[in-house]
Amino acid sequence: MLGKLSLEAIPYHEPIIMVVAIAIAIGGAFVVGALTYFKKWKWLWTEWLTSVDHKKLGIMYFIVALVMLIRGFADAIMMRTQLAMAAGGAEGYLPPHHYDQIFTAHGVIMIFFVAMPMVIGLMNLVVPLQIGARDVAFPFMNNLSFWLFAAGVILVNISLVVGEFAQTGWLAYAPLSGIDYSPGVGVDYWIWALQISGIGTTLTGINFFVTILKMRTKGMTLFRMPIFTWTSLCANILIIASFPILTATIALLTLDRYLGMHFFTNDFGGNMMMYVNLIWAWGHPEVYILILPAFGVFSEVIATFARKRLFGYGTMVWATVAITFLSFIVWLHHFFTMGAGANVNAFFGIATMIIAIPTGVKIFNWLFTMYRGRLEFTSPVLWTLGFIITFTLGGMTGVMLALPAANFVLHNSLFVIAHFHNVIIGGVVFGMLAGLTFWFPKAFGFKLDEKWGKRSFWCWIIGFYVAFMPLYVLSFFGAVRRMQSYENGDWQSWMIIAWVGAVIILCGIACTVIQFIVSIRDRKKNQDVTGDPWDGRTLEWSTSSPAPFYNFAHLPEVNDIDDFWDQKQRNGGKAPLSKPPYQDIHMPKDTWEGPLIGLFATIAGFALVWHIWWLAIVGGVATFAVFMARVFREDVDYYVPAAEVERIEREHQQRVEMQA
Amino acid sequence: MRRNPTLRMLGVLLLLSLPLLLAGCSSALLDPKGQIGEEQRTLILTAFGLMQIVVVPVIVMTLLFAWRYRRSNRDATYAPDWAHSNKIEAVVWFIPMVIIAFLAVLTWYTSHSLDPHKSIVPNEDQQEPMEIQAVSLDWKWLFIYPEQGIATVNEVAFPEDTPVRFRVSSGSVMNAFFIPRLGSQIYAMAGMDNDVHLVADEPGVYDGRSTNYSGAGFSEMTFKAHVGTQEDFEAWVDKVRESSDSLNFPEEYYALAAPSRDNEIQYFSEVSPSLYEKILQSFHAGGNHAEHMAAVTGDGHGGGHGSDSESHGESMSAEAAE
Repeated sequence: MLGKLSLEAIPYHEPIIMVVAIAIAIGGAFVVGALTYFKKWKWLWTEWLTSVDHKKLGIMYFIVALVMLIRGFADAIMMRTQLAMAAGGAEGYLPPHHYDQIFTAHGVIMIFFVAMPMVIGLMNLVVPLQIGARDVAFPFMNNLSFWLFAAGVILVNISLVVGEFAQTGWLAYAPLSGIDYSPGVGVDYWIWALQISGIGTTLTGINFFVTILKMRTKGMTLFRMPIFTWTSLCANILIIASFPILTATIALLTLDRYLGMHFFTNDFGGNMMMYVNLIWAWGHPEVYILILPAFGVFSEVIATFARKRLFGYGTMVWATVAITFLSFIVWLHHFFTMGAGANVNAFFGIATMIIAIPTGVKIFNWLFTMYRGRLEFTSPVLWTLGFIITFTLGGMTGVMLALPAANFVLHNSLFVIAHFHNVIIGGVVFGMLAGLTFWFPKAFGFKLDEKWGKRSFWCWIIGFYVAFMPLYVLSFFGAVRRMQSYENGDWQSWMIIAWVGAVIILCGIACTVIQFIVSIRDRKKNQDVTGDPWDGRTLEWSTSSPAPFYNFAHLPEVNDIDDFWDQKQRNGGKAPLSKPPYQDIHMPKDTWEGPLIGLFATIAGFALVWHIWWLAIVGGVATFAVFMARVFREDVDYYVPAAEVERIEREHQQRVEMQA
Repeated sequence: MRRNPTLRMLGVLLLLSLPLLLAGCSSALLDPKGQIGEEQRTLILTAFGLMQIVVVPVIVMTLLFAWRYRRSNRDATYAPDWAHSNKIEAVVWFIPMVIIAFLAVLTWYTSHSLDPHKSIVPNEDQQEPMEIQAVSLDWKWLFIYPEQGIATVNEVAFPEDTPVRFRVSSGSVMNAFFIPRLGSQIYAMAGMDNDVHLVADEPGVYDGRSTNYSGAGFSEMTFKAHVGTQEDFEAWVDKVRESSDSLNFPEEYYALAAPSRDNEIQYFSEVSPSLYEKILQSFHAGGNHAEHMAAVTGDGHGGGHGSDSESHGESMSAEAAE
C-alpha cells in the first residue's frame, strides 16, 4: 500500500535533522496561523499563487530562492565545520552517510533551487518591462513553470525528513547513482526533484525565447534591446538546447533504477562514460545560463550609475552570442582525466580558453563604461566592482584548469571547488544581489536600505576571499573535494580559516535579512514615486513603481538604444507621463490549474520515490486531467476597461505632481 | 619617527602572507618528485604568469577608473554619450587573443607531451620501465604486480628513476588514481583499461589517493607509495612474498572486493595469472560480476553503499542461488 515507505524512513535518531524539522514545523505553523488570523488565505490564492503576472511570479521565484539560500548555506557551514574538525584521524561530527548527503544537497540546492530561480525570477521581473510588453508570450505556462519548479523544491525538502537524499555528488555520476550502489531512495528524490523542476525550466526557456522574439514593442529591433534582455535571450536559447539533454539523461538513469535496464551500469554493456558526457553536455551550458543574465545585470547597473552609455554595445552583444555558442563545445573539460586522447583533450582545452576572449572583452567594456562617467557608489555598483575583480581571478583559475596537462593534477581537488565558487559567488550571486537591489523599487515601489546593502557586500566579498583562498592553497597540498575527513593534520589551520570565511559570509546573509526588515520598516522614507529612482536608461523605468499589472498604459515606441534616457533628455530631464485617450487593455486571466498541476506533480513524484504505484498513477492522471481542463478552457483572457486604466494612471500622476 | 598607519598595515599583511610562500616549499604540486610533476608545475606557473598580463591591469583599472570617475569628482572629464572607440575595441580584442593564442599553442604541445597514456622513454640515468596494475575497490586500492606475481592493498612500491606504467581500472564505481607528488591522475572505471605513466626521481614515501568521490569510504581510500633504490624495491617484493595470503580469482578476489572502510595494508604472495584482465572481463559480455559479488558477500554488490540495501540484497542473492 505504501511501497517502501514506513515509519522507519523518518530519521528520529539524527538530532540535527530532528531539530531542523521541528524548526520548520514551528515556522510553518506560524505562517499558517498568521494567514488564518489575518484572513489572508484568499488574498494569497487570488493575488499570488494563481497569478500569471510575470512581476509577481518573479517575486515568488526570488522568495523561494532566498529561503533555499538559507537552507543551502546551512549545508555549507555544516560542511566547513566538519572539515575544520575532522583532521588527523578525527571523525568530526558528521558520519559519511550524513556528510555525503549534505554536499550533494548543497550543490543541488544552490544551483537548481537558488541560482536558477534567482536568474529566472529576475528575467520574469525585468524582461517584459524592458521590451515594452504587457506580459510574457504564454502567461499560463509561466505560472505552470513556477509550480513545477516549486514541486522540485518541495520534494528536496521532504527528503530531509522522510527518507534520505542522494549521497552521490550533485551530478549523481553513474554507476554510483545506479541501483546497485545506491539502493536507497536518495537518488530517487534527486531524480524526481530535478526531472519535474527541469521540465518547468524548459518551459520557461521556450516562454522567454518566444517573448523576446515576438513581443518586443514598436521600434525595438534586436540591436536596440537592453543588454539584460540580450543576455536573457541567450540564456533561454541555452535552456532550450541543453535542458532536454538533462531530462533525457535522468530518464535513462530512471530506467536503469526502476526497470533494471543497463544504460549506465558497470555490466551488461552499460557505459558510465556516456553518463558523464551527457550530464556535462547539459551541465556546462547550465553555468552559462546562470552567468549570462548576471553579465546583463552588471551592464545595466554600470551604465546607469556611471550615467553614461554602455561602452561597445555591439561588441557586448557579439561577445554574448560567442559565449553562447562556445559553451556547447567545451563540456569535456570537466573530465580530461577520463583518459581521452591528447588531440581530443587539446581541442576541448583550447575551445575553453577561447571563451576567455569574449569574456575578457566584456570586462574591458565595463571598465570603459566607467571611464569618463560619473560613477555613484551605490550598493549595486559595489557588487559590480567586486564582481569584476573576483570574476577576473576566477576566470584566470578557470583557464589554468582548462590546460589539460595542468588539469591532470588540479582535477577533483579543492582547486576546482575554489574556482567555481570564485565565479559563481563572484559572478552569479553578486550579480543577482546587485539585480535585486537595482530592480527592487520597480517590484515594490520603495528602495532597499543602502547602509545594510553595503554591509552585506563587504561581508560577502571579505568572507568569500577568507573562505576560498585557503582552498586554492590546500589543493596544492593534494586536498581533494568531497572528503569527509583527512589524515594530514597540517591542513587543519587552512580549514579553520575557511570556516571563518563561511561565518563572515553568514554575516553577509544576515545583513541582507536585516536590510529587508529595515527597508520594509522605512518604506515611506525610501518610497519611489516617479518610477525612475536611479535616473534609468531603459523602458522598465518609464512606468510607475510598482509597475501596474498591465505594465504600460500605451505600449512605448523606441528609436534607439537607451531610448528612455533620450526621451528624458528631450523632455528637460523629466520622464514623460502617459496621456489620454486610453484604450481597453487585453490581459490574461489568473489560473488555478498551475498550482494544482504543481500539487499533483509533487504527489506523483513522492509516490514514485517510494514506489507507491497506485498513488503515482493517481497523481499522474490528476496532473493530466487538470492540464486537459486547462487546454479546453476558453475564458482565459479579459479586457481592462479604458476608464480603469485612466484611473490608475491618474493616481500615479497625482502622486508624481504632489511630490514635485 | 612617525610611521604611516597604511604602511604598517601593509607590513602586517606581508608578514601574514609569508606562511603562504613558505607553504609553497612543502606543497605537493609546487615541490614535485618526478619529471611529469615538474613539467606540470612549470606549466601551471607559466600559465599563471602569462595571465597576469591581463589580470593585473584589469584590477588596477577597475580601482583606478572607479575612483577617478566617482560622481563627486568634478575635475574628471564626463562624456555621457561616448560609447565607442575603434582603437580601444581593437586593443581589448587583440590582447586577450594574443595571450590565448600563446596558451593554445602551449595547450596543444603539453596535451601531447604530458599525455598520461604516453610511455616515458627512459634516459641514460633511468631503468627499464615496469608495469603495475591498480584496481579501485570499495574502498581501497588493489595493486597487482604482473611481473613479480604479487599483489598488495593500499601500499605500492617501485624503484626510483624507473618509469612506471600504471594500468588503472575499477572493480566498483568510478575513482581516480593520483599520487600528487608525481603528477597526473587518471580515472579508474569498471571494465575500462586506463593507464598513466609516472616516474619518481627521489626516494621517499608519497601519499596517494582516489580523488573521485566513490561513496561512504572515499575519504580513507588512500595509500602510500614507497619509492627507494632497486635493492629497496626487491627487498619489499621479498617481504610481500613472505605473506601466506593468496589472491585467487574469483573467490578470494570477490571476498576482498566486498565493501570495507579504512582498509589495512595487505600483501598477497600468490595471485591468479592475469588477474587484472579477469577483473576487466568480469564486466564484459553479460559479465558475471554481479553474481559473484552477491555470492561472496551474501548481499547486493553495493551492499555496503546504501542504508537500506536489504530488499535489494535479497533479490540479488536469490539470483545467485539459481
